[in-house]
Amino acid sequence: MSVDLSTSYLGLSLANPLVPSASPLSGDIDQIHALVAAGAPALVMPSLFEEQIEHDALSVQHGFELGAGTFGEAASGYLPELNDYNTGPQQYLDLVTRAKEETGIPIIASLNGVSSGGWTLYARLLADHGVDALELNVYRIAAGIDESSSHVETEYLHLVETVRAAIDIPLAVKVGPYFSAMGSMARRIGDAGADGLVLFNRFYQPDIELETMTVAPNLVLSSSYELRLVLRWIAILYGRISPDLAATSGIHQSEDAVKALLAGSTVMMMASALLKNGPGHLAVVRQGLEEWLVQNQYESVAQARGSLSQSSVSDPEAFERSNYMKTLASYVPSWR
Amino acid sequence: MVTKDAVAATIDGNEAAARIAHKLSEVIAVYPITPASPMGELADTWSLKGQPNLWGVVPEVVEMQSEAGAAGAVHGSLQAGALTTTFTASQGLLLMLPNMFKIAGELTAAVIHVAARSVATHALSIFGDHSDVMSARQTGFAMLSASSVQEAHDLAAVAHLATLESRVPFLHFFDGFRTSHEIAKIDLIDDSILRDLVDEDLIAQHRLRALNPNRPVLRGSAQNPDVFFQAREAANPFYSEVAPTVSRTMERLGDLTGRQHGLFEYHGIADAERVLVLMGSASGAVKQAVDTLISQGQKVGLVVVKLYRPFDTTAFVSALPESTRRIAVLDRTKEPGAVGEPLYVDVVAALAEEGRQAEVFGGRYGLSSKEFTPSMASGVFDEIAKESPRRHFTVGINDDVSHLSVIYDKDWYQEAKGVTRALFYGLGSDGTVGANKNSAKVIGESTGLFAQGYFVYDSKKSGSRTVSHLRISPHPIESTYLITDADFVGVHQFDLIGTTDALERAAYGAIVLINNPHPAEETWHRLPSGAQQLILEKDLQLFGVDALAIAREAGLGGRTNTVLQTCFFKLTDILPFDEAVEAIKGHIRKTYGKLGDVVVHRNSNAVDRAVDGLYEVAKGDVDSSQPSAAGLPEFAPDFVRRVTALLMAGNGDMLPVSALPVDGTFPTGTAQWEKRSIANEIPIWDPDLCIDCGRCALACPHAAIRLKAFVPTGNEPSGFHSKGSTNKDFEGKRIVVQVAPDDCTGCGVCVDICPAHSKEVIKHRAINMKAKALHVDRERKNFTYFLEIPEINRDEVNVATVKGSQFLQPLFEFSGACAGCGETPYLKLVTQLFGDRTMVANATGCSSIYGGNLPTTPWTVNRDGRGPAWSNSLFEDNAEFGLGMRLAQEAQRDDAILLVTALAMDLGDLAVEILDLAENPDRSDLDTLVSQQRDLVGSLKVRLADMDGPLPRRLEGVADALIDTSVWIVGGDGWAYDIGFGGLDHVFASGRNVNVLVLDTEVYSNTGGQASKATPRGAIAKYAAGGKATAKKDLGQIAMSYGNVYVAQVAMGANPTQTVRAFAEAEQHQGVSLIIAYSPCIAHGIDMSTQMTHQKEASSSGYWPLYRFDPAREASGEPGLRLDSRRPTVSFKEFASKETRFAMLGRANPERADELMARAQQDIDDRWHFYEQMVAIHRTAEYAEVEE
Repeated sequence: MSVDLSTSYLGLSLANPLVPSASPLSGDIDQIHALVAAGAPALVMPSLFEEQIEHDALSVQHGFELGAGTFGEAASGYLPELNDYNTGPQQYLDLVTRAKEETGIPIIASLNGVSSGGWTLYARLLADHGVDALELNVYRIAAGIDESSSHVETEYLHLVETVRAAIDIPLAVKVGPYFSAMGSMARRIGDAGADGLVLFNRFYQPDIELETMTVAPNLVLSSSYELRLVLRWIAILYGRISPDLAATSGIHQSEDAVKALLAGSTVMMMASALLKNGPGHLAVVRQGLEEWLVQNQYESVAQARGSLSQSSVSDPEAFERSNYMKTLASYVPSWR
Repeated sequence: MVTKDAVAATIDGNEAAARIAHKLSEVIAVYPITPASPMGELADTWSLKGQPNLWGVVPEVVEMQSEAGAAGAVHGSLQAGALTTTFTASQGLLLMLPNMFKIAGELTAAVIHVAARSVATHALSIFGDHSDVMSARQTGFAMLSASSVQEAHDLAAVAHLATLESRVPFLHFFDGFRTSHEIAKIDLIDDSILRDLVDEDLIAQHRLRALNPNRPVLRGSAQNPDVFFQAREAANPFYSEVAPTVSRTMERLGDLTGRQHGLFEYHGIADAERVLVLMGSASGAVKQAVDTLISQGQKVGLVVVKLYRPFDTTAFVSALPESTRRIAVLDRTKEPGAVGEPLYVDVVAALAEEGRQAEVFGGRYGLSSKEFTPSMASGVFDEIAKESPRRHFTVGINDDVSHLSVIYDKDWYQEAKGVTRALFYGLGSDGTVGANKNSAKVIGESTGLFAQGYFVYDSKKSGSRTVSHLRISPHPIESTYLITDADFVGVHQFDLIGTTDALERAAYGAIVLINNPHPAEETWHRLPSGAQQLILEKDLQLFGVDALAIAREAGLGGRTNTVLQTCFFKLTDILPFDEAVEAIKGHIRKTYGKLGDVVVHRNSNAVDRAVDGLYEVAKGDVDSSQPSAAGLPEFAPDFVRRVTALLMAGNGDMLPVSALPVDGTFPTGTAQWEKRSIANEIPIWDPDLCIDCGRCALACPHAAIRLKAFVPTGNEPSGFHSKGSTNKDFEGKRIVVQVAPDDCTGCGVCVDICPAHSKEVIKHRAINMKAKALHVDRERKNFTYFLEIPEINRDEVNVATVKGSQFLQPLFEFSGACAGCGETPYLKLVTQLFGDRTMVANATGCSSIYGGNLPTTPWTVNRDGRGPAWSNSLFEDNAEFGLGMRLAQEAQRDDAILLVTALAMDLGDLAVEILDLAENPDRSDLDTLVSQQRDLVGSLKVRLADMDGPLPRRLEGVADALIDTSVWIVGGDGWAYDIGFGGLDHVFASGRNVNVLVLDTEVYSNTGGQASKATPRGAIAKYAAGGKATAKKDLGQIAMSYGNVYVAQVAMGANPTQTVRAFAEAEQHQGVSLIIAYSPCIAHGIDMSTQMTHQKEASSSGYWPLYRFDPAREASGEPGLRLDSRRPTVSFKEFASKETRFAMLGRANPERADELMARAQQDIDDRWHFYEQMVAIHRTAEYAEVEE
């Protein structure tokens, strides 16, 4: 018996629901081909960082002018003038165009902006370059101690509205879980014009190097454990808000993908597992998903989707606070 | 007939010449030398961009190891038939001379473009005169002189065209800096015109003459007395045709461009009686003088020589009005001992040969870019109007020795109305020069006006001051001299208004714009009283702006240039402000477009905001209490007060001839009097945290952090901190770490290397950068007191350790090197370890500039008056130069031993002691040995003073050679790896007792970052803008191959202990020692405050492995090589990503960068693997010297 894995995400028809998310893999054309060979139905490109673009341009200018006009024997400075510094988004746009032309699958660009002008500028630029959809990678640490949560939320929503107004292509928004009222926030992001919600963004976290006594922010690969948080919110939100729900963070094995699907995910996105195991791992997970669906006599992913969402389970509170109590009570310490 | 509308460009003379050279050449061999380097750099950049020559081929630009190498490559390329050129100046041209004789002797069409510069004599000078090109007169090259930027373009074309026709090679030259670096608006020669002018048949003939195995010939034979002479004369007909050929070419070019040039150009009244003859940029100033004198009814004129060789006597005489009675020939060179300078002699001979009667007088002017003004020209005309003029004279200086200088009224000439003259005073780091280059281009390229920009730099590499001279006029600008009566003065750093001549150079009623970081209402009161006085006296209009605040708001950080440039256009009426704004923004797009939209946007934003902050300053009374610049204390040495003080104040032009040493000999120890006080922040010591490791003092590039141990007297100033020794050494003494607040550059290297942190607040170290303004008063008192504390005795410390060495007095201090310089800490260390017995041979380069460029020198003396004796010979010969010093020492020592032996009867036991020590010195402890030697030589001199006869006198002259001297041969990688390598290699092989210190910055730092063979694979540098494709040369390995050379590769920031040991071992080794010292440089594109950390990463990545190869270990049966680095722990990519020189290529050309990075990693792996094997090898041959 065959299972229909086809999925519609952001209005795009995908052959299956396992989408490689933004990672260095989708930034390399050879790896992109390998991902497609492994069955990637669409690709989320690495994020175009407005801050990085600005930083690059300003640092190139700094290098270019270093020491210039200081000393008569080195009046033009110390570094040679180069033909091109590739400081703008062109390299990214070239990659997007190439990926689109060479793979034939939907290409979803990812954008991380800083200024409102930057978000819309680059969103339009990407739309004009023929990407099939745009994912906003909203990354913000609300560190200001005078900044209220409502102000932060308003800013997020304003951003989504602004970008929505600027482009016609489908729009997904990838956010972190750190909202006081995640449910309300998710609904409002949808109301602001998002066609999809990608849960959840993983941030660089600071670490402390004890040897050098310095702070060293880095990103470690996710583990299946991180899927729990995603499962909770997708299960809660499924069927209650309009945007598609994409699960990301913690999908490593086919079991993880099945769980995310049952919780209500439209697509399951993978990065860490592919970085760890190589692009071919995508096919392994897809096969596992398919086998599970067959074994459990599902005809399609659509049929399975949300079957264990909060609204579909007999114990909906399991996804909420009471869950904590039960877990504790059922936990048997190993020393017993 | 002008066939095409010319395209105007606002460019400098180097670019003007290089554009033609690149267009009309196939092979370009280059080597960097100031002021010609930009020509090669531009050619390289254009070729890298794929810009083709006139025939659609991209010229091959190749950097050679020296100018001699470039000339050789040019010669070979010409022999093989390519259209070939090169660029050079000064010593570089001298290195080309042998090939020039050959190229000319073989009648080979070629062009050398020269930015004419002084040849080093009593001193090096990078500035312009004709002493270099005059040295090439004998080579057989035709010589064509351009007087302006336009002519540097036009005559470059004439040279390339005429050489093809005449077969005589051409040297095309123009004045270094005055023309090579002056920005001017010129008309470019269109390619179509060049095509019309180039005769393809001549090129075909050039090819046919080339070597070709299909029709082989032999050229370069050796000839005997029978035919050499005749063959030499056989070329005469070709030389006879050069002048007509050049003349025709000039005419054809003139027909197509509308610009007529002649072999000799006359400017003046038709019936002139007095005529000046000269060549080069000074003709602009003379023309202005001539026009003024004619308007006053005087009969004067000027002949400008364009084709100097072959000297066409007929054409010259034809250019002179028949009425000429007296001629003053001005030479921009000096030929001591000659009848007269070269042009003078030529003119005298030409007149004689042509039968023309006129009295000729010869003058020298403008050596090393000495100013030459219309007033000086007028003075010359006055001189030759006298009844008995001096036959030979000088102009522009006050010669109170030979009394040759012409007296002139410096205020005689007033520049024409209708020309806007603007001056801008800034610091090298603030972008003032860049902004004014932009302004000149904005005006030149956006309006019908003409613009001229000229830029004056001091010789410091940190805190350097710049003055930009900008003229704007509806007519072409011929004023080839500095502005003295500016209509606009921009003071881009507030303090410069009190420490420069900015207001002295302002015209009456001029506009003055001051960049004022203080509140607007405080502006007037913050001015020094002298400035207030001048503003009132000259009725200057004073405006202020806080450019820094605006720049920061616009997202430009500290880059204030765009703001100040916009304010300049607002305050002047050069063009309507709206148009100016558009033009500036257009130029911003052009300049910064490829750097990215954000850069364009932010600069444009700064333009829009600039004038919002502009305000006029209300003038008040002279009421300031702000101190004016302090003079030197009375106890400063006489020479410093009499001479150095004027140089430091920028008034060296006022010094008479008698004030200067006759032979270029200067006292050392002068940098201490030049309190530049350029730091904004200085390091402040926290004794509670300090572990007195000495690293801050070791790493300080300027000797501005020092350690002493002392017994408190109770007289310490309040706030003079000290601490007990951490290791309980210096018993009974306190330790102090003291900053020299006015000598510190604020680089922060000391903080970066400080290992002692606060437990509670990790960023707080034992030394921290703090605002100077808050600490300077106290630290000045402390430093004064610190200097009075007696230096420690050398036997109180373990000299060969980091800590021990840092309690010794540095005899290299307060240099003008870049803030954070990676080279100077090593030099300072040499002086701490052995400075009082050191002789330094210093290759030309950064170290010779911060070490020996007037006004002051950082090399200094200790309390006994002993210290490094220093000299610079050339760039290419430094190893040989240093070896010569050692040979002289040895010769005099042999002489001294002979004389002591001869006088043994008279000297008695003293002779025995001296001879015994000379024969059996214990060099395991050099400090003690030298101390014993000094005692004996001291006694010897006392005894000799009482002895009569020739032998005691001779012995007095050589007695000091009985004391061990440490010879240090110092230079950069350009010298050691490239131009001086042959000599260095020979010195390696000599086995003599010299120490070689290579300050390896991995580029030619002094000339602006051109690639050397020390440049690593993957780094970008000038002449390697596409990323250096080949690996760095392993100099240490080459030296080690001799077996008896001590070799150490060190990086102070990676392992200071290893560094200090290596220096001590090198000194100990009684043969050749080589230390290759990693020296981070501004050209690496790093934050220099963290350069010591970069060194650490360079080592931990294996990029810069530390090692020592000691032949002494070999002799004792151990492997000679010891690796002092651990196996690499980080990748090269990780290290390289933090340096712009590597990272920039990743941005510009990621694929090539990836390839080169991978190869560079292989280089590292391979070298490490090789060294690891070397460590296990023990060579068995006996390398000890065999007595000859």
